[in-house]
Amino acid sequence: MPSKSVLPQGTLDLLILKVVALGPIHGYAIAQRLQQVSRDAVQVPQGSLYPALHRLENRGLLAADWKATETGREAKFYRLTRKGRSQLETETESWQRLTESVALVLRLSEGGAE
Amino acid sequence: MNWWSRLWHGRQMDVQLDKELRFHLDQQISDLISRGIAPDEARRQVYLAFGGPTQVAEECREARGTRWLLDILHDLRFGLRSLSHRPGFALAAIATLALGIGASTAIFSAVNPVLFKPLPYPDSGRIMMIAESRTDGGARLPSFGAYRGLSDRTSSFAALAVMKTWQPTLTTTAEPERLQGQSVSADYFRVLGVTPLIGQDLNPADDRKSGPHVTILSYGLWQRRYAGDRSIVGQQVTLDDDKYTVVGIMPQTFVNALDPTAELWTLLQYDISQGRAWGHHLKIVGRLRPGVSRDQAHHELNAALPAINQIYADGFATAGGPALGVVVTPLQRALTESVRPALLAIFGAVLLVLIIACVNVTNLMLARGSQRRGEFAMRTALGASRVRLVRQMLTESLLLALIGGALGMLIAQAGIRGLVALSPADLPQLGAIRLDAPVFIFALAITTLIGLAVGLVPALQVSRNELNAGLQHSSDRTAGSRHWMRRALVVAEVALALVLLVSAGLLLRSVQRVLSVAPGFASAHVLTMQVQTSGHRFKDNSYTNQFFSQAQEAVRRLPGVNVAAFTNQLPLSGDFDVYGIKLELTNGLDDRFPAFRYSVTPGYFAAMGIPLRRGRLLNEHDLPSSLPVAVISESMARTKFPGVDPLGRRMHAGAEDIWYTIVGVVGDVKQASLDTTNPDAIYTPTTQWHWADNVLSLVVQGQGDVASLAPAVRRAIWSIDKDQPIVRVATMESLVAASEAQRRFALVLFECFALAALLLAAVGIYGVLSGNVTERTREIGIRSALGASRSYILTLVLRQGVTLTIVGVLIGLVGAFLASRALITLLFGISPLDPLTYLGVIVMLVGVSVVACWLPAWRASRVDPSITLRAE
Repeated sequence: MPSKSVLPQGTLDLLILKVVALGPIHGYAIAQRLQQVSRDAVQVPQGSLYPALHRLENRGLLAADWKATETGREAKFYRLTRKGRSQLETETESWQRLTESVALVLRLSEGGAE
Repeated sequence: MNWWSRLWHGRQMDVQLDKELRFHLDQQISDLISRGIAPDEARRQVYLAFGGPTQVAEECREARGTRWLLDILHDLRFGLRSLSHRPGFALAAIATLALGIGASTAIFSAVNPVLFKPLPYPDSGRIMMIAESRTDGGARLPSFGAYRGLSDRTSSFAALAVMKTWQPTLTTTAEPERLQGQSVSADYFRVLGVTPLIGQDLNPADDRKSGPHVTILSYGLWQRRYAGDRSIVGQQVTLDDDKYTVVGIMPQTFVNALDPTAELWTLLQYDISQGRAWGHHLKIVGRLRPGVSRDQAHHELNAALPAINQIYADGFATAGGPALGVVVTPLQRALTESVRPALLAIFGAVLLVLIIACVNVTNLMLARGSQRRGEFAMRTALGASRVRLVRQMLTESLLLALIGGALGMLIAQAGIRGLVALSPADLPQLGAIRLDAPVFIFALAITTLIGLAVGLVPALQVSRNELNAGLQHSSDRTAGSRHWMRRALVVAEVALALVLLVSAGLLLRSVQRVLSVAPGFASAHVLTMQVQTSGHRFKDNSYTNQFFSQAQEAVRRLPGVNVAAFTNQLPLSGDFDVYGIKLELTNGLDDRFPAFRYSVTPGYFAAMGIPLRRGRLLNEHDLPSSLPVAVISESMARTKFPGVDPLGRRMHAGAEDIWYTIVGVVGDVKQASLDTTNPDAIYTPTTQWHWADNVLSLVVQGQGDVASLAPAVRRAIWSIDKDQPIVRVATMESLVAASEAQRRFALVLFECFALAALLLAAVGIYGVLSGNVTERTREIGIRSALGASRSYILTLVLRQGVTLTIVGVLIGLVGAFLASRALITLLFGISPLDPLTYLGVIVMLVGVSVVACWLPAWRASRVDPSITLRAE
């Protein structure tokens, strides 16, 4: 079993936005989803999930409504706002550029070692 | 949700947050239970993974961005509560700050319009005053000739104007009224950059000898005399028996800074063919052309002077010679020059008082801080960060400052009223002294600054390390070095108080010295008033002379009057009439110099009590037809006729067509002010001067209360001619006092400030020693239990207080030395290092501090060892 990696600074917001983009979802489900999707590789610090959600809500990237879950209990469901969607796009793009360039640099140094 | 609604719905959001987090936890626990984990274990694991829910909730709240404001509100509430727990402390601090802020704000309101606020004209920084420089470095009023030359031959100024006062009598309506106005050249309003509200500006084409009589009225005069009737423009009004056409009305907002009392203006209409064109009695103002600097203008004007002096050599020779140079001063500065040193000194003094007030409050806060060390230690133990504690302290001090500032504004309001009532009449912009926006901003700024300054020292002190020591507060054994800060503050207070006391003392001694200066005349029992003849009949010299001699006779016959006489200028009244003198023989010195010219009627010297030194006085036998004679002042005789007998020598005064023979020498008289050196002066009979002056001052020497003679004297003059305005009725004693009004004004304020400083310093010393004794009660108890006598303990405490005072005095001496340099223009007749003042102030300060120390020391000596030792 690979060791769990710590989330780099600032990526939690991106992951939250991505998960919420799939449809209205409450906080607990977001935590579950993140863990499942990353195949438990990403340790989601639960303590920082909610402050992050509230920050994103206050910045207007997320909106929230209280709705009943399948078990009938009321929960706060987050959804992406228009502003959130465009933020997600730009951040995804810049993340990809970053990882590609990091990967490029890493390959280069491997080549140099041959 | 925006910031405001997040702030507003905080409570509701907290409930939802709680619900959301609980949902998460419950959900996770039930998930774990369904996977077969025991409920208790599941709960444990979930909470472990989540981290404290309270902390998470706190972080979520912080994400709202409203936290800081809620904290401030909380601090404020807490601050108010903790202040109200100690009303004595709060009251003392607030009262001290209110006084300091109030006094500074009141003084700032007076200083701001005079020294800092630009004049109310467009681009007012470009308006300059142009004066002639004298050999002794001073400035003198220019002549019309100099103005003509400069305006013809220089181009630095877009507009130049020349002016003098004009006091016509308006006789359009039933009762005649003497008005205050100005005779100006046509460009006057263009220099200021203002245009009439109604009608036309003055026309340069009319500004010539015997041009049309025109006048422009101020808004106030127009409303007062003509009820704002627009049809008055274009009509004629009667001023001094002449018809003047009203050509314009100035706007209500127009402020005539050059003569705030002026209500109407006419054209000067001078011509260089007239003798008066060479008299030094005019003021020149100019508006610099865009792009021309003051320096450039100064250079151009001075470069043009030699040519001008050559062209008008004959004219200048009749009145004190040509201009040696010109001085170009910004109008704002020129108008405030005379009051600037006094106002700056007063402003400096009030700021010192403010600093002392702040030091006092800082001291109070420190004392209170040490009482609260237990509280702070407890709060730190409960998790309050140091930043949080400092912020709490600062909030409290800001709160104190704000309450003090608000009360201070009320004090300032009252102070301004007192200030205006007290201020010398020549204070410019008196009307502009009020609580306006800049003053309010100043008050707010100093209040905030004080709040921070006063809170910072105690806040840092409290937050520093010794917090766990604070928990053991009650078992303090010695009141040791911890109090160095409070001692330092007391030393600072004493030092500042000394600076103020020395300044006030020096001013007090100066005023005493000035008022003990012999003015050269006897001011007791002398009543004066100015009689201004007006009307065509007074264009005839002999008619004028006859009127004044009849009036003098009528007054002299009144009961209670000993002597009455007329003079064209009265000492210390603001009159200033100087003419060029040319001696017939040079005496080996310069034969041309300016001198005060007095045209007097017989009896003037007796009425004023001016003593005769040599020769004879002027008398009834000096007639227009007889030999022109003059009497000169003692110092003129000494400096201009060294080793020579002046009697019988001849001189010209003004136009060089009359030789005056010197027949007598009289004592020197202070003309401009008491603190100037004795000027050269000549006296001629009114009947023998080049013309008969239309405005003369009556001098009445009588018995008892001469002021009560005024109505009878006025009636006596009006019995000769009822249409002649009589103004400036004053006793000679009040004129002498008024001439020193500015110095006295500064003195009164300095005395108030010095007294406040002394009180505050005494309170400061008392506070520190008193707190000190309380904290040392145990130590003192042990000392007396071990056999220390009461007088020993008394001396112990007294010595501590007096040591602080002496250190403060030593530091203050340096400050006082520097401050007295700044005061030098206000001092008279004493050295800024006057030993008597310094000594007196030191004795007083030490004395007051001993009194302030006495009470705590006495209390210490009464400490009962058995009680204090048992108390522990």
